Amino acid sequence: MNIPDNLKYSKDHEWVRVEDGVAVIGITDYAQHSLGDIVYVELPKAGDKFDAHAPLGSVESVKAVSEIFTPLAGEIVEVNSPLNDAAEVVNSDPYGKGWMVKLQMAKPGEADGMLSPEEYEEYVNSEK
Amino acid sequence: MDLRKTPLNDTHRSLGGKMVDFGGWDMPVQYPAGTIAEHLRTRNVAGLFDVSHMGEIWVDGDDAVSFINRLTTNDVTKLSDGQAQYSALCYANGNVVDDLLVYRVNAKKLLLVVNAGTTEKDWDWISSHHSGEAVTLRNASSDYCQIAIQGPKALAILQPFTETPLDPIKYYHFTNGKVCGIDAIISRTGYTGEDGFEIYADAAHAVSLWNNFLEGGKFGDADGILPCGLAARNTLRLESAMSLYGHEISDDINPLEANLGWICKLEKDFIGRDALLQQKQSGLKRKLVGFEMIEPGIARDGFEVFLENTKIGFVSSGSPAPYLKKNIGLAFVTAEFAKPEQQIKIDIRGKQVAARIVQTPFYKRIKK
Repeated sequence: MNIPDNLKYSKDHEWVRVEDGVAVIGITDYAQHSLGDIVYVELPKAGDKFDAHAPLGSVESVKAVSEIFTPLAGEIVEVNSPLNDAAEVVNSDPYGKGWMVKLQMAKPGEADGMLSPEEYEEYVNSEK
Repeated sequence: MDLRKTPLNDTHRSLGGKMVDFGGWDMPVQYPAGTIAEHLRTRNVAGLFDVSHMGEIWVDGDDAVSFINRLTTNDVTKLSDGQAQYSALCYANGNVVDDLLVYRVNAKKLLLVVNAGTTEKDWDWISSHHSGEAVTLRNASSDYCQIAIQGPKALAILQPFTETPLDPIKYYHFTNGKVCGIDAIISRTGYTGEDGFEIYADAAHAVSLWNNFLEGGKFGDADGILPCGLAARNTLRLESAMSLYGHEISDDINPLEANLGWICKLEKDFIGRDALLQQKQSGLKRKLVGFEMIEPGIARDGFEVFLENTKIGFVSSGSPAPYLKKNIGLAFVTAEFAKPEQQIKIDIRGKQVAARIVQTPFYKRIKK
């Protein structure tokens, strides 16, 4: 299970990388592995606004649908639309090309309250 | 309550199978290759399926054929020795108790193969209708393992393990033979739409049969056989528009509505026949159709089907189709709209998404 050092994590298995007040959000390696082959991703539009922990969209495997939640409040500034035709990239590269949205954070520093890589790893191990 | 296990449970786990509760059974939904790879490998090469959780009921005696003919929709008298037929058990109201295969070994010996989740229900139904006929019934489900090997290379992979010539066994026919030196029923049947075989043998030999087939099929090679889980089993049967009990047939659905009129021989007497005749005469109110999504989105089981803001039905089975690379489904809709090219909408979590009714099966293999 891959848990990069430079990211923050949520209990809903999203990761966040903050670049200048903009949070890049995706789902973790643990999440993509649990889902199996991902065939469809439903993402919001640029301009959509969300409270923290609100559902952003969904990710679908062959067998099931899973909601994605934003760990942070803010406005969507960019969406990874190539995922519409290549959802499987979320399986193969969840932290790189599998990023889902970029969100302009409403509350600077809100990501500090998220889980560290070590805390996320502990959380995942306790879930098993 | 503990989940039930087939003899291959440890084997599935050692292969990295992701285990789930399927109708009270601990079964692999997929293996590390993933559902899509398992599905495609079955269509292109071969897939291996543990179906040991299914039920086997022996019917022996002088009245075997007439007894089962009274309980099932298809015509058992048409079977010759070594032939099987797809059929259904119906309630008096015409709705379905279960779908099954009826195998005729000889005039006094039939084998019924029934679904895993309904084995006990079927056994109770069949034995409760036994009233004086010269038959003995035996639920032998726990004695057997059942392994399916399906795909264009299935025959080539299986043949080295048996002296029984496989090529002459016609579709929906079977024979007794030895596979890996073990007594087995070799049946040219399956639930994938591909050529292939289902092997029934004593449960004690499940693991060695399975491992032999994996090795013979060169599991691990880029184009070797793959073990396939329940998810691939479902996408394969869906592309072939085959019914799944609880979805296309159930105790709320009759076989005529579910496009299974072809297994209902209404000229013979069987439980449910009068109700089905009446349905046929007054016209079916709803019919099962196949559909494909036209706009992006995946229809799932239970989603509602709309036509211009009016609900006209529901999805019985919906999923991506890995081989066809489309999102497809089966749905019951009001009979007047049950025609190919009819444009419909599927309600996907509150959003109406366009789809189109199509002919089924969605996929048909090219026979040589």
